[in-house]
Amino acid sequence: MSAHAPEPNLAAIPHLAPDGRASSQITQAGPTAPRQMQLLARALLTPAVALLFIWMIVPLALTIYFSTLHYNLLDPETQQFVGLENFRYFLTDPAFLASLQNTLVLVGSVLGLTILLGIPVALLLDQPVFGRSIVRLMVIAPFFVMPTVSALIWKNLLMHPVSGLFAWIAKLFGATPIDWFNDAPLFAIILIVAWQWLPFATLILLTALQSLDEEQKEAAEMDGAGAVSTFLYITLPHLARPITVVILIETIFLLTVFAEIFVTTGGGPGLQTTNIAFLIYSQALIQYDIGSASAGGLVAVVIANIVAFFLVRIVGRNLEA
Amino acid sequence: MGQITLQDVQKSFGPVHIIKGADLDIANGSFVVFVGPSGCGKTTLLRLIAGLEDVSGGKILIDGKNVVDVPPAKRGLSMVFQSYALYPHMSVRGNIAFGLKMAGLAKQEINRKVEAAAATLNLTPYLDRKPRELSGGQRQRVAIGRAIVREPKAFLFDEPLSNLDAALRVQMRLEVTRLQKQLGTTAIYVTHDQVEAMTMADKIVVLNGGKIEQYGTPIELYEKPANLFVAGFIGSPKMNFITGDAAGQHGASTIGVRPEHLKIASNGQGWPGTIAVAEHLGSDTFLYVDAGPIGTLTARHVGELGLASGDRVSLSPDPGRIHRFDDKGSALRN
Amino acid sequence: MARVATARRVAISTISAWLVGFLIFFPILWMVLTSFKTELEAFAVPPSFLFFHWTTENYATVQERSDYVHHAINSIIIAGGSTLIALLIAIPAAWSMAFAPTKRTKDVLLWMLSTKMMPSVGVLVPIYLIWRDFGLLDSRIGLVIILCLGNLPIVIWMLFTYFKEIPKDILEAARMDGATISRELIYVLTPMAVPGLASTLLLNLILAWNEAFWTLNLSTLQAAPLTVFIASYSSPEGLFWAKLSAASTLAIAPILVLGWFSQRQLVRGLTFGAVK
Repeated sequence: MSAHAPEPNLAAIPHLAPDGRASSQITQAGPTAPRQMQLLARALLTPAVALLFIWMIVPLALTIYFSTLHYNLLDPETQQFVGLENFRYFLTDPAFLASLQNTLVLVGSVLGLTILLGIPVALLLDQPVFGRSIVRLMVIAPFFVMPTVSALIWKNLLMHPVSGLFAWIAKLFGATPIDWFNDAPLFAIILIVAWQWLPFATLILLTALQSLDEEQKEAAEMDGAGAVSTFLYITLPHLARPITVVILIETIFLLTVFAEIFVTTGGGPGLQTTNIAFLIYSQALIQYDIGSASAGGLVAVVIANIVAFFLVRIVGRNLEA
Repeated sequence: MGQITLQDVQKSFGPVHIIKGADLDIANGSFVVFVGPSGCGKTTLLRLIAGLEDVSGGKILIDGKNVVDVPPAKRGLSMVFQSYALYPHMSVRGNIAFGLKMAGLAKQEINRKVEAAAATLNLTPYLDRKPRELSGGQRQRVAIGRAIVREPKAFLFDEPLSNLDAALRVQMRLEVTRLQKQLGTTAIYVTHDQVEAMTMADKIVVLNGGKIEQYGTPIELYEKPANLFVAGFIGSPKMNFITGDAAGQHGASTIGVRPEHLKIASNGQGWPGTIAVAEHLGSDTFLYVDAGPIGTLTARHVGELGLASGDRVSLSPDPGRIHRFDDKGSALRN
Repeated sequence: MARVATARRVAISTISAWLVGFLIFFPILWMVLTSFKTELEAFAVPPSFLFFHWTTENYATVQERSDYVHHAINSIIIAGGSTLIALLIAIPAAWSMAFAPTKRTKDVLLWMLSTKMMPSVGVLVPIYLIWRDFGLLDSRIGLVIILCLGNLPIVIWMLFTYFKEIPKDILEAARMDGATISRELIYVLTPMAVPGLASTLLLNLILAWNEAFWTLNLSTLQAAPLTVFIASYSSPEGLFWAKLSAASTLAIAPILVLGWFSQRQLVRGLTFGAVK
């Protein structure tokens, strides 16, 4: 196990035009499959398309339908059509505004932490390091821990204000331990989620770093660039695209952080750790207010769609490349 | 029997018309080379014959039978791919045997044929290795072995030597030619390298922009090119083309003279010029001469001349070796 | 000497990297250590790092107290079942898009990916109600269905990229060698696709095992997988840290091992090819 152990090839992209002769588009004006194969292919594609279509349309249609109703599971008799009333109520409800703010703070903070920490960690892992594969294993591990375990371990073993490890470390330095889940609950959640997603950002950025042409760095060196200049003018621009991807993908998944909140704070104290996902959940399965929860669900879908639009554009461009 | 005829074969990919009406008669047992620049359609034409693409029009006859609707497996042809396309998860033996296995031959029969093919190609010690354990040249031979073992009506080669280094390429060229003569099977060979074409072919098909410019023996193409394109494509270094008055004097729009047909003199008769670059190979000398209004001329001399860049020379063409072309580029013959 | 990675530089990088790695990994390490302590030791201040009375009593208790095995089996069935079914649906779909693409293939693929981007919470209400009315709440099959649909886009996408990597001319060579489509599939395509299939299986198994939205909301006891089981420790009675640690260690151990092998697939699967 040397410092120069061969790196597994983490580059993820196949050549989408393996014959190289035809144009590079996935739907090239080039060689096509023989006729019988095309018919077979269409038949084989149908189940997946049909299933995903139903999976998309049916629940969404129902959500739209329910969002126009006043419908509470505890009182099903009073079900009635109320049009856009639920949306008006939901969007003006202080709980919604609070949850929206919490969501933005949560997503933004986790993004910031994972990227700002992910870049240096990726840079470090790109260096010749003795036992690099084990270090990588340690850095990757948090992503594979199930969210309920992560949350409970952090809440109890680490963040408990009396017996937690952080409390002990604080006391070592003569400071008062923080009562995380009472005084800074959202921040606590942010830390937990950021810990889980740091490996993701690191891996993506590390992959991108490893695809940076060694010769480009050598050319910069010949041109007189030092380590900092190389980083600012060569490495960072190369990382711009992967950072964008990390932001987009993390955002999509972070908008719906749920388990960590469910298992530690239940949205509280008050509304301090309620994000949009948890708000909708609590309306649906705690208050059984179907109408309101559906309206909220649609709002979440709209927000996610905006982010998804940009991500799909980038992926689409990559399929062409 | 491996007689192949193309009648007005057309191929379009969507709006792009790649092959524009190809007519060709390939005699049984002959070695025919498709040659031309990138994008001329030579590989497409080969794949149409193989059945890996469907034609957009026209007929392809193998021994008189139109195979345009016949799938590749049933056309009785073998193909050697540019990347060899060996099955990575099978041994050399498995690779060569695959086609026979698909044809349903008995195991003993398959083994016999595989071993015979391996012997012909000096692959016997490698029979149980996987492709990734072989060198480029060895993989090339496995690909050829896979093709010959099925005793096809014709071999189709798609630029098989372009992935080999120069020395190996020359050696394999000889092997392929020798093998084809020995087996007597029709062979269609695609290449962009005109030297390969000239040295290996019985007849050459020169393609340009989806059209067959000329079909003839190497010497026919060299001595009697049908048009400007063929004249400029065959022969290295390229033929010199001269327009204007010098051409008009011979009653043509353009005249062409090959570098080897220009007599080099220090002064006197011919087109005067200054040597821009002189290449000394020992066996030959190539002079790139700036001849003023005539343009830049390339001249070749067998042996060493002792001239250098900056020297003044006069170049005179061998009168019997001047090619004349009209304003459309076609050759003028008296 | 200018080009050699100096010993000093390697040493600094190594020490820093190990430090960072250790810090990041520490919570997991701490959890495993705690699982071998008694409850009193686990809660004690100051905490002990290595020199405590090591015991395996927690692992025994975990099994007795809450039928850990039952939930582990649920996790296996739900994660395994949903992934296998997803594969069954995805393989033909990915094959078709990779080897017989049409003008609309790219759009179909992107559309499929976009279904993954839909927030689960947006359809919590109808799914919950439908599941309730069809008796699928707290059922393993109910969870298998939903996790299968949720992961299907990723499975299709990953298989598609792996299929695309198979050089087209090897398949054409098989065709020239006389193979019909089905024989081409059996003798050439499948053997070459096996590593890709394995990778896809691995990653999606992990994603399904760790799924903590639908599992928390659609199951309570009977069909509850380990994610839910662990969640039950959020409102416990008495001292429970050591038991929580033991249960958690058991719950995540197999996945950590699998996860190590699937880093590559992680990048490929979760970035939808947007990163080279």
